[in-house]
Amino acid sequence: MGLGRRLYRGEIDVDFVGKWKLWYSLSGFLLIVSIAGLLINGLNLGVEFKGGSVFSFSAPSATIEQVREGFREQGVHQPIVQTAGDRWRVTTETLPENTMLQVQNSISKDYSVPVNQVNVQSIGASWGGEVSQKAWMGLAVFMLAIILYLSMAFEPKMALAAIVALVHDLVITAGIYAWSGFEVTPATLLGFLTILGYSLYDAVVVFDMIKEVTAKLGTTSKQTYSMAANNALNHTLIRSLNTSLVAILPVAAILFIGTTVLGAGTLKDLSLALFVGMIVGTYSSLCVATPLLVTLKEREPKYQAIARRLASQAGKGAKGSKSAATAKG
Amino acid sequence: MARPTSSHSKPGRTLLLLLALILALGGTMFLQKAFTPKLGLDLAGGTTVTLSPVTQNGAAPPEEILDRAVNIIRDRVNGTGISDAEVAKSGDNIIISIPGVGQSEAIKLVATTAELRFRQVLAMEATQLPQQLATEAPKPGGSPSGNPSADPSAKPTSSGSQPAKPEPTGSRPAGATTPKASPTGKALSSALTSPAPNPSPTATATQQGRQNDPKKGQDKKGDDKKATPTPTQPPQQQQNPGVNPQGIDPAVLKQYATLDCANPKNRGQGVQDDPNKQYAACESDGSFKYVLDVAKVVGTDIDTASAGVRQGSTEWVVQLDFKSKGAGEWSKLTSAAYNSQDPRNKVAVVLDGVVITAPNIISPIPGGRAEITGQFNQKSATELAEQLKYGALPLKFQRSSIDTVSSTLGQDQLRGGLIAGVIGLALVVLYCLLYYRGLGIVAVLSLVVASILTYTAVVVLGHNANFRLSLPHIIGLVVSIGITADSFIVYFERIRDEMKEGRRTLRAAVEVAWVRARRTILIADAVMFIAAVVLYALAVGGVAGFAFAMGLTTLIDIVVVFMFTKPFIALLARLKFFAKGHPLSGLDSERMSAEPAGTSRRTTTPQEA
Repeated sequence: MGLGRRLYRGEIDVDFVGKWKLWYSLSGFLLIVSIAGLLINGLNLGVEFKGGSVFSFSAPSATIEQVREGFREQGVHQPIVQTAGDRWRVTTETLPENTMLQVQNSISKDYSVPVNQVNVQSIGASWGGEVSQKAWMGLAVFMLAIILYLSMAFEPKMALAAIVALVHDLVITAGIYAWSGFEVTPATLLGFLTILGYSLYDAVVVFDMIKEVTAKLGTTSKQTYSMAANNALNHTLIRSLNTSLVAILPVAAILFIGTTVLGAGTLKDLSLALFVGMIVGTYSSLCVATPLLVTLKEREPKYQAIARRLASQAGKGAKGSKSAATAKG
Repeated sequence: MARPTSSHSKPGRTLLLLLALILALGGTMFLQKAFTPKLGLDLAGGTTVTLSPVTQNGAAPPEEILDRAVNIIRDRVNGTGISDAEVAKSGDNIIISIPGVGQSEAIKLVATTAELRFRQVLAMEATQLPQQLATEAPKPGGSPSGNPSADPSAKPTSSGSQPAKPEPTGSRPAGATTPKASPTGKALSSALTSPAPNPSPTATATQQGRQNDPKKGQDKKGDDKKATPTPTQPPQQQQNPGVNPQGIDPAVLKQYATLDCANPKNRGQGVQDDPNKQYAACESDGSFKYVLDVAKVVGTDIDTASAGVRQGSTEWVVQLDFKSKGAGEWSKLTSAAYNSQDPRNKVAVVLDGVVITAPNIISPIPGGRAEITGQFNQKSATELAEQLKYGALPLKFQRSSIDTVSSTLGQDQLRGGLIAGVIGLALVVLYCLLYYRGLGIVAVLSLVVASILTYTAVVVLGHNANFRLSLPHIIGLVVSIGITADSFIVYFERIRDEMKEGRRTLRAAVEVAWVRARRTILIADAVMFIAAVVLYALAVGGVAGFAFAMGLTTLIDIVVVFMFTKPFIALLARLKFFAKGHPLSGLDSERMSAEPAGTSRRTTTPQEA
């Protein structure tokens, strides 16, 4: 039976929890690489965070030198010129309003673009600070609210595991941005924030099943917490994969349109962050959140007892099924 | 296992309820004749300016002051004739949205913070206010233009009907012994005030009529005349031909002759005045018009301004302190005015191109201090002091961001967002149909219902709560397709679990699975909703918009799953096609693991744990 068919029929049994050493080392490696990237390269912050002025316009006939020279003539020191198709995007330091209007007019004259077709964005240097400060605060409050909510809806250990998986996703996504040098804009930030939602959403569905399954575990049960959790995970695997796929499909569509049709812009920035984040998120809800939860739960005396009993049974079972049966009887 | 819920027997009723909801939203759309969402400026094209308040200690400014600033900026923007401009508060920030063209003017306008200027009056006259103004004005505090700086202009009434107190403290300079006309009833001096009778019968009539009761204007005029100590009225003030043209730029004189102060546009705060040129201006309530000299002293020359009660009296005054350079200029300006004939003995305080007050100069004012007196109360004195300190705005602002999007880029973004939405939706639909077959149709219909609800909600919100669809919203909506679809997937997988157990009929499975799926969906949606609320409350700009879209679609998701997907499946479960597990239904026996392989699999299902 092919994998696709087995998936369709829900007949799949992957030992996610048992391979925790593999996942932990893989995630550990990715985290180290990401943090190194953040420390070495840092994030390529967009003007929205650093402050600056951005001019965008479409001029099919212009050349890079022409555009750069045009800006220098207006007294702009270091224009960064980017192009996508006909569209030009020039980033400069924060310009005073008068210079901004001058530049706008000169672009309009040089490339015979109506002045209203020259897009201008200007961000004061301190504004970016405020934006990111608000974002950090939002993140902190959000995590606190989620920890509280999940602690109530599930239990504190599940909340902890979910939050760790979430931080894991964020750091790795940020690491990818650091190493690739993709620009971080407020739209990227939106992407990150959505990843938070998805990462948790996924973990919530898996944990909900784990909670349901492990609630039945008693002193006489035939399963350890790890086994039960792994079953729950496999049980929701189809849903996890389906959900992720269904979620990634629209994002991929935005990414495709954003890059091919519009060039640099909100659509691309956001969908890129989402795309990367969702893939990392799917991985982490399967391979990080649940194993972590199991690691935390197996330390509880109740589940340790079950694990010990089953281990000793297995030991006896290896000698002979008869002795196992008598031990049980 | 939980028991089937009561909805078991009444799926039809729930569906009808949903239909009623959709019809209500659609009906609202039809009633308001609004069929398309209102678009944000990043999609429609336009300019967005974000102003952040600058406070000394970085603390958030009081709400009330911020509100006042919003009103003033709104007036200023509207005063330029830009239609549809919006000024709104967002947290501590003020966001100005100006749709369409004319962006450079708008940027200039906002870039120019209200300038305060002191100009010597060269000529002035009372205006004949049209009847319309005269009738609408008597509302207390309401100026015809709705201009917030109008409050000082309300003072003339009181000072006009009862002359300002004669200065109790002695030593009045010679020039001030003859009280001179002051249309606003305020006087300006280093230490002294003069009585401020109304300059002319005409002016009195106009003011009285305007402020109190138009019909009684005549009587009041008479009263006023009696109350006026010395109604010396130079004739040249009455008509333009009588203006002494000496030293006045002919071009400005011409402007003055045609200046119509009844037109609110000439009294709006968007009027730009060049400090280095003579200028024809209106009083903020339109009652007078002036020819003003070049600005010798400007707002930046002021060090501080404060409102207080003069020592030894209960009179509220506004005190001005000039910086050292300003003090010199101020001294020169007041000397020049003091040594001139009426009406050139007045110095006009011009804010945003509009005269807010033009007190007499009753003595030269050296030393860099000045006091404005009049019939102030605590509120009006504080307000004028604030205006003098900050210009028109009660707060200092800095422009945090300016974003201009051309209409073509806006259209491109809108089209891009919509195409992405359509492609995304199509892919999801395709996948659902391939994977879930018959159940996939339920998923597709659920998405359709969700889309209808979202669209109507966005339109209705747009026209009633001024919700404007922007790019972050569209992305939020597209992304949420996945969340909505997930709810069905959770439910479908639960149904199939129940069927795999092999113990139930489809109709029972649908109900039992629902109870279990419902909890998961609610918890997961709660997480998304918390995320949306936190982001909406704390974030600025686009993030807040995105969060709003996310919150909205989360709610819609719950509505759709509860009111459409569940009852619809319950109905379908009665059909043979699904109940018998037709291969295309998505609930076929092969899918449900009826084979031996399935039996072995069952040992690992959680239910066996």
